[in-house]
Amino acid sequence: MLSDYAISIQGVAKHYGSIRAVDGLDLDVPMGTCLGLLGPNGAGKSTTMRLLTAQAIADTGEITVLDHPIPAESKQARAQMGVVPQHDNLDIELTVWQNLAIFTRLYRVPRAERPAAIDRALALSQLIDRADTKADKLSGGMRRRLLIARALVHRPQLLLLDEPTVGLDPQVRQELWALIDGLRAEGVTILMSTHYIEEAARLADDVAVMSHGKLIAHDAPAKLLAAHAGTSAEEFFGPPARLAEVESLAHAAGFSTRRTGPAVSVLRAEDIPDSLADALGSGGVRRAASLEDVFVVLTGEEVA
Amino acid sequence: MSADAPARRLRRFEPAALAGVLSHELTIFKRYWLSSTFSSVVEPTIYLLAFGFGFGSLVAVVDGYRYIDFVGTGVVATSVLFTSAFTGLFQTFFRRTHHGTYDAMLAAPVDTHELVLGEALWIASRAAVFGCAPLLVAVAFGLRPGPGVVLVPVVSVLTGLGFALFGIWISAVIPAIDAVNYIISAVLTPLFLVAGTFFPIDNLPPWAQRAAQANPLFHCVELVRHAVFGVRPVADLWHVAALLVFAALMWVLAVRRMRQRLID
Repeated sequence: MLSDYAISIQGVAKHYGSIRAVDGLDLDVPMGTCLGLLGPNGAGKSTTMRLLTAQAIADTGEITVLDHPIPAESKQARAQMGVVPQHDNLDIELTVWQNLAIFTRLYRVPRAERPAAIDRALALSQLIDRADTKADKLSGGMRRRLLIARALVHRPQLLLLDEPTVGLDPQVRQELWALIDGLRAEGVTILMSTHYIEEAARLADDVAVMSHGKLIAHDAPAKLLAAHAGTSAEEFFGPPARLAEVESLAHAAGFSTRRTGPAVSVLRAEDIPDSLADALGSGGVRRAASLEDVFVVLTGEEVA
Repeated sequence: MSADAPARRLRRFEPAALAGVLSHELTIFKRYWLSSTFSSVVEPTIYLLAFGFGFGSLVAVVDGYRYIDFVGTGVVATSVLFTSAFTGLFQTFFRRTHHGTYDAMLAAPVDTHELVLGEALWIASRAAVFGCAPLLVAVAFGLRPGPGVVLVPVVSVLTGLGFALFGIWISAVIPAIDAVNYIISAVLTPLFLVAGTFFPIDNLPPWAQRAAQANPLFHCVELVRHAVFGVRPVADLWHVAALLVFAALMWVLAVRRMRQRLID
């Protein structure tokens, strides 16, 4: 009997020397959902990913993946999940086809089903006409697609994606989003770490925000917006003195602000009373609130 | 899209995991067989010819053997050592630190001990095949081996396994690849010279003869000579036991150290 959760993390801590990479993490990922794990660099996202494959062992706490306790039954869990690492570890001396073929064996795809599994992975990654190309001759986007396809040769129930689009140009990023969205539509449970807010907003059913190894928020993107950033923000442009003035006026009235490049945004702009609006003066530009606003409110940190 | 949940619990050593690791090796070997075969065969052959003709003109008979026969059998061990220890050292180091090969495999249902065993078995098998090359050269120069020669690949696999695991262990101990120089100069070179390969150890001082007993390569040399010229059951059991102990010790050290390096 499978539980409702593909991943369950309870009170997990992991430190490296004096650094607490994961510091008392509780996180459940329901079957068939896509969870975006959001956080700045160093928040503990990659460590969390490694804990799930038992490539890092937690100091304390309990982890269950697809009903298998980790690390005790991690090999069983790994057989049913696919992992796309942040750092490209394709075998660059080998062709696309060979990279996939080796993983059909590592993932125990029965011999008779291997050719079909490789063909499916080639189609999924749109690399059919590149099957005989060596991996180091592929573009960055192709390599990333191959990494994802390699993790899917055995039709896993769960996919771990660690920063799937980092370092890729916007167009390639959108192609990958379409690929990931397609998997989600097929019912694959996805845990995706990212520090691109837009990526989480577009793909994830739920977003979990990590900071300094802890979970500081976990909800649907719309609910996070409503709870932490409201529906809109008002953006003011001007010289530094003007920005400082806007900030002090807003703070005095109990509003949160954040610097966005050459501007300052006053959050929950829909609640600004007329008195504050008059004080702030004209020139403000109204925009929809974003997950990035939520993130900054929660962590006090800017992300890329 | 969902996989059927495996009904059985996965075992500690999975043949499928080993097969996966070996298929990776085989795929790479198909690409580089010519260059790796060339270096593994030509180098010991040069040693054999240089010493065989160089010394052979000075000393006709050593330990009751023609010198070319003495060296031809001894260089088998040199060939096994070079092929297995160097491959274990360099290949394992770069796959772990530069290519992320092992990180990728351990994210799949493969454990560190299966990975290490697969790598070591492959390296040892290759060493066993290449180790026979000097014998073929010696045969061309008049060596007439006895029927026991069929045991030479067995001896080579066992020796190669120990030295492959030694290389894997050291690759996980050293902080950076330049430290390999210390290992080659201080460990491998003495092992290869004081093994009875090029000259019998009987003429060495007693302490050096005792030290040679702790040299796995010495036991390999003895076994290869006995296989070729006549098996000596009692002595050979001792030599086999020594090689087994060496491989077992290296297995424990290599797996433990690789696990420390690969699993945080």
